[in-house]
Amino acid sequence: MCTMERTAILEWFDVSSVREDFPILTRTVNGKPLVYLDNGATTQKPRQVIDAIVNYYTQLNSNVHRGVHHLSQLATDAFEVTRRKLQPFLNAAHEHELIFTRGTTESINLVASCYGKAFVNTGDELIISAMEHHSNIVPWQILCEERGAILHVVPINDAGELDMDAYRSLLNERTKMVAITYVSNALGTVNPVKEIIALAHAVGAPVLLDAAQAVQHLPIDVQALDVDFLAFSGHKMYGPTGIGVLYGKEKWLNAIPPYQSGGEMIKEVTFAKTTYNELPFKFEAGTPNIEAGICLAHAIDYLTELGLDNIASYEHGLLEYATHELLEIPGLRIVGTAKEKSSVISFLLDGAHPYDVGVILDKLGIAVRTGHHCTQPLMDRFNIPGTVRASIALYNTREEMDTLVAAVRRAASMLV
Amino acid sequence: MTINEIQDELIDDFAFFEDWMAKYEYLIQLGKELPLIDDRYKKDEYLIKGCQSKVWLHADYQNGRVIFTADSDAIITKGLVGLMIKVLSNHTPAEIATSELYFIDQIGLKEHLSPTRANGLVSMVKQMKLYAAALNATRN
Repeated sequence: MCTMERTAILEWFDVSSVREDFPILTRTVNGKPLVYLDNGATTQKPRQVIDAIVNYYTQLNSNVHRGVHHLSQLATDAFEVTRRKLQPFLNAAHEHELIFTRGTTESINLVASCYGKAFVNTGDELIISAMEHHSNIVPWQILCEERGAILHVVPINDAGELDMDAYRSLLNERTKMVAITYVSNALGTVNPVKEIIALAHAVGAPVLLDAAQAVQHLPIDVQALDVDFLAFSGHKMYGPTGIGVLYGKEKWLNAIPPYQSGGEMIKEVTFAKTTYNELPFKFEAGTPNIEAGICLAHAIDYLTELGLDNIASYEHGLLEYATHELLEIPGLRIVGTAKEKSSVISFLLDGAHPYDVGVILDKLGIAVRTGHHCTQPLMDRFNIPGTVRASIALYNTREEMDTLVAAVRRAASMLV
Repeated sequence: MTINEIQDELIDDFAFFEDWMAKYEYLIQLGKELPLIDDRYKKDEYLIKGCQSKVWLHADYQNGRVIFTADSDAIITKGLVGLMIKVLSNHTPAEIATSELYFIDQIGLKEHLSPTRANGLVSMVKQMKLYAAALNATRN
């Protein structure tokens, strides 16, 4: 993107009115205006979501899918509204393909556990990538240990892009699952998921996408992608903490056993035999996080009203601007320079530990993440202890990018 | 000087710094200047695992006193480690085991001792005291 286009997008998106929706952004930290750039860890919440949380407890609080009484009906309706809104949001074929979980981690664990029980046997192969978050590594490792299966890792190049030739050569008729991140939380790489899925399907393997860092940044169409499972969290997409989503194709969700057992997931219980409830309730044992489930709908509305295409363009403008400005700093190196990137700038200052940079930035009111970002194998791949990660959201501004750059310069002058 | 006298002196020193910048610049300087540990002790067995910055700690027992040396891969952590050593090193095991570290709070660096900072400092202080307590127990 040329400078003029970049400036045009940054000016056209009405970020100041967006910021008015996020009360926390007006607070100060260490006497400085908060510059929140830890959005990859969790995003702030708009007033629409916060108000919905208050409304839930003042007007609706009741258990769902249980009672015949009025409040329970209201709570159940509101809870199911979220599922109804998720369907067009992801362009799922059916509402019942959307399962509520506690978050991305639980969504992935559900698939690893239930799909694993039904379909993974000794000698089978699973494929992940070198840039996965620990939550998309460990469940598959455990499954492989349990079932005697083999875990393959698609390597990446120095820019942080998947080696697609290596991926092709790993696929074969023994491949039982490909679990890959859509957008890398540590590098910002946007993976060519459509191609990854098509190649996996060619050998009969389903694909799980970790969309924790994608769903808030770019439009997702699960049918166009033809993805089999897709996992994400509410709290990284401006919604409440404690609610996540697993999208699964109907045929897979019907073919795999339930995850946890108890109330809600049953149709009939006798001591001789229990029959399971139909989708999606088969996978939703026990009382869910009702408040978060209901209020997630308001985050979906918020994203839908702004438009994910618009959000993606705006954030991309900020990403390019900040990348360009940061690279002007002597000794600054960006880790993750893929051609296709979204919302994440991971960097290192020569001669400074990321932790030290993070401490100085915090003193200047800037929230970034430092460390290995739960991707230790990836940090090992680059032979670094970690990075400083600035992750961008729709409410960040060009001025905040300038503040970040000035603060990194100051950190460099103190530390290096 | 006793552990508390050293702590009080540090509190007086830090009172001269006008803002956080000066304080951190001093810490960074302290971190840069102190060759804290012999390289042969920068091995995993001396490593105290913090989540992000690493701290290596070694203790020697000489003439009834514990001599601590330590290092970190992060410079601010190293500066803080330097302060801890100034306070706790070269005292008897009993003095170290029963000491109360109040200076960090008073010089406005309390946040670094919060477990969420993941810099290994909390574990380091715990380790120093455990070492002293163990020595104390064997001597009694």
